[in-house]
Amino acid sequence: MTLAESKEGQTVVVRKVRGSGPSKRRLMDMGISRGTELKVERFAPLMDPVQIRLKGYSLALRRSECAFIETEHAGK
Amino acid sequence: MLNIAVAGNPNCGKTCVFNNLTGARQHVGNYPGVTVELFEGFTVINGKRFHVTDLPGTYSLTAYSKDELVARNFLIDKKPDVIVNVVDASNLERNLYLTLQLIELKIPVVIALNMGDIAVKKGFVVNPSRLGAMLGVKVVETIARNNSGMEELKTACSEIISESLPPRTIHYSSEIEDCVSDLEKILSGKSFFPHVPDRWTALKMLEQDETVISCLKTSGSSEKLFPVLEKYIQKIHDLTGDDSETAIAEARCAAASGIFRDCVSISKIGKRLITEKIDSVVCNRYLGPLILVVIVYMLFTCVFKVADELQWIPLFNGEWVSPVGLFSTFFDFLSETASTYIKSDILKSMIKDGIIGGVGGVMGFVPLIFLMFVFISALEDSGYVARIAFILDRLLRAFGLQGKSVLSLIVSGGLGGGGCAVPGVMAARTLREEKDRLITILVTPMMNCGAKLPVYAMLIAAFFPDSRGQMMFLLWALSWAFSLMAALFLRKFIIAGEQTPFVMELPVYHMPAFKNLFIHAWSRTWLYIKKAGTIILGINLIFWSMMYFPHQDTVPDHAEEQLRHSFAGRTGSALEYVSKYIGFDWKINIALIGGFAAKELVIGTLGTVYSMGDDALENPEPLSAKLSASKDWSPLRAFALMVFVMLYAPCMPTVAAIRRETGAWKWAVFSVVYSTTFAFVIAFIIYNSARIFS
Repeated sequence: MTLAESKEGQTVVVRKVRGSGPSKRRLMDMGISRGTELKVERFAPLMDPVQIRLKGYSLALRRSECAFIETEHAGK
Repeated sequence: MLNIAVAGNPNCGKTCVFNNLTGARQHVGNYPGVTVELFEGFTVINGKRFHVTDLPGTYSLTAYSKDELVARNFLIDKKPDVIVNVVDASNLERNLYLTLQLIELKIPVVIALNMGDIAVKKGFVVNPSRLGAMLGVKVVETIARNNSGMEELKTACSEIISESLPPRTIHYSSEIEDCVSDLEKILSGKSFFPHVPDRWTALKMLEQDETVISCLKTSGSSEKLFPVLEKYIQKIHDLTGDDSETAIAEARCAAASGIFRDCVSISKIGKRLITEKIDSVVCNRYLGPLILVVIVYMLFTCVFKVADELQWIPLFNGEWVSPVGLFSTFFDFLSETASTYIKSDILKSMIKDGIIGGVGGVMGFVPLIFLMFVFISALEDSGYVARIAFILDRLLRAFGLQGKSVLSLIVSGGLGGGGCAVPGVMAARTLREEKDRLITILVTPMMNCGAKLPVYAMLIAAFFPDSRGQMMFLLWALSWAFSLMAALFLRKFIIAGEQTPFVMELPVYHMPAFKNLFIHAWSRTWLYIKKAGTIILGINLIFWSMMYFPHQDTVPDHAEEQLRHSFAGRTGSALEYVSKYIGFDWKINIALIGGFAAKELVIGTLGTVYSMGDDALENPEPLSAKLSASKDWSPLRAFALMVFVMLYAPCMPTVAAIRRETGAWKWAVFSVVYSTTFAFVIAFIIYNSARIFS
C-alpha cells in the first residue's frame, strides 16, 4: 500500500520511500523515512494535496509524491 | 572581525533572532522561504563588533535547492566563527536533522532553542544542558518573539569562540562509519576543501552529492578516489538494501530521533493543538475555499473603509477627512501657496506641476498602502499564507504553476493591492524546479502590486465611485485569472516540461507580532515614499520638461495644444497609430511610458498631463474629478486602462530583478515584450467587444 491510497484520518507507518534524486531526498529531509508514523489529516479541496502529521508537525504533500511512500497500517 | 552565521529551518524564528541580534528592520514572515537572500547586520558583544549573516531557512544542506546551496556555500567558503542554529523546540526532532549536518562541518555551534513555550503546550519539555552535552554545543533557551534570551545567546557566542570548542562527532551506523573512515584516510592531506573536515567530504561523496563530486573530478586526482567510492556505494547498497544517499539520510534521521528521545521529557499527554483545531475548519474541503475568499474580500473592504471612505481625522478648521483626504488637502494647500508666491511662469509650472503634482499624487495613497501592508503582514505572520498554498495547489498546478508559486504571487500583490513584484520575483527562489520557477517569475509582475493600487484607486474614484470595493475585488480576481492564463500559455508553448515535487510545511498558527508587523509595514511604506521622493520626483521632472519644451508662449490658453506640440506629445501621438485600437490617446500613452519606470508614475504623469497649463486656483479638483468630467473619458476606457496597467511591461526594478534571478537578459527582455503584447490583446478584446455590444 502507498500513502496515496490511505484514507483521511488513517495512521500509517512508512515501510520504504521509493524513487531517487531530489524528490526522494526532499521527503527524507522532512523526516519521512522507514518507521516514521504518519497521520493523514485531510485532503485539500480538490482532494490533492494531502495534509499529513508526523513528528509533531504538519506537512502538505501531493498525491504524486504520496505514491512514492510505501506504508503499512500502524501497529502491525 | 568575527563572523556569526544564523542558520535554521524555515518557521523556527530564525529571522526574528537575526532581527533581535542586529536590530535590522527586516521582514519576519511565517511561511517557508521568506528569506531568500543573505541578510547581513552587526551586533556588539562585550564591546566587540560581530558581523551577522542570516542564512536562508533550510531543512537540510543538499545541493538540490538554491537556498540550501547558498547556505552551504556560505558555511564552507566563509567559514564563520560560530553558527547560531535556531531550533524550534516544539519541532525538535525534525530540526535536529539540520543541526546534525551543521555539526558535521566542525564549526562551533550555539543552539538557540526557540519556542519552548509551544513545546510545553504540545506536552514535552526539552532539557537544554543534556542536548548541549550530547552534541558538544552550547544551548541557550530563547523566545525570539519576546526578545528573551538574546543577551545569553550573545554571551554564549563569545564564550564558544574564546573556547573554540568544535562540536562532537556524531557517529552513524557501522556500515556507514567503516566506509567513511576509509574514505577519510584517502582524502587526508589532499585538502580538496580546505575549510571542511575530511569526514564531511567523505559523507558527501557517499551521498553522491553532485557539487562535491564534480569539484573532486575537476581537481584531477579522481583516479584513486572514485573506484574506491564506487565500491563503498555498492557495499552500502548490499548491506542496507538502499542507495547510499538514502542510507545516510536515514542514519541522520535515526540519530536525530535518538537524541530527541534522550533529551526530551513528556510532561503530559499533548492536547490537540489549537493549530489543528483551526486547520480542521480553515483547511476543510468545503469551508476552506469559502473562508479564503471571505478573508481576502474583507481585506479590501476594511482597508478602503479605514483609509479612504470613513472620515475620521479632525482638521483644525472643524472638518473631518479620511487619511487619504488629509494628504490631498495638504498637497492642494501646498499647490495653492506655490501659485500665490511664485511669479516666474516657468518656475511656477515646474514646482506646481512637476514637483507637487507628481509627488502629491503618489503620496496621497500612503495611508492605503500602509494599511494594506499591515493586513498582509498579519496574514503572513499568522501562518495562513501556507494554508492558501495548500488549498490552491491543485488549482494552480492545472495552470502549470505549483502551490509554492502562490508565495511569489502573494508577495507581489496576490492578496490585493499591497506587495511588490521585486521581492515576489525573488521569492520564487524557493521553487526547486527551474521551469516552475521561470513561469512563476514571468507571471508574478501581473499581480496588483502596491504601485498599481493608486492608479486603480484614482480611476475607480473617477468612474466607479459607487462600487469601489467591488471593482477592486474584480481587479483582484482578474489579476489572478490573467496571470494563470499567461502561466498556462507559457507552460504550453514556451517553457514546456514536467512539474516538481510539492512538499511544504504548514507551520503552527500564532498571533502576529504586532510590533514587528507595524515596523514591517512602515519600512515597506517608507520604501515606497523614498521611491516617490527620489525616482518619481526625478522622472516626473524629466517628463515635465518633455511636456513643457519646446514651449509656445503665444497660446497660453490652449494647454492641450502646447502639450501636443511638446516632445512628450509627439512621442505619444506617434504611438496613437497603435493605441487607437484599444481606445488610448496620446495622453494615456505618455502616462504608460512613465509607468514603465515605476507603475505609480502612470498617475503622476497623468496628473502632470492634465493639470499642466491650468490654473490650480480656479481648478483645484483632484485628478479623479478632472478625468470624470473630461469628454474623452468613459468608464470603458478607464477599465481598459486599468487592465492594461495590470498586465503590461513590468517596471524597471522588476525587469532588473528578473534579469538577476534568471541570470539572463533574454528572459528580462522576453518579460517586457510578452506582457505588453498580452496586455494589448486583452485591452483590445475588452474595448472592442464592449463597443460592439453597446
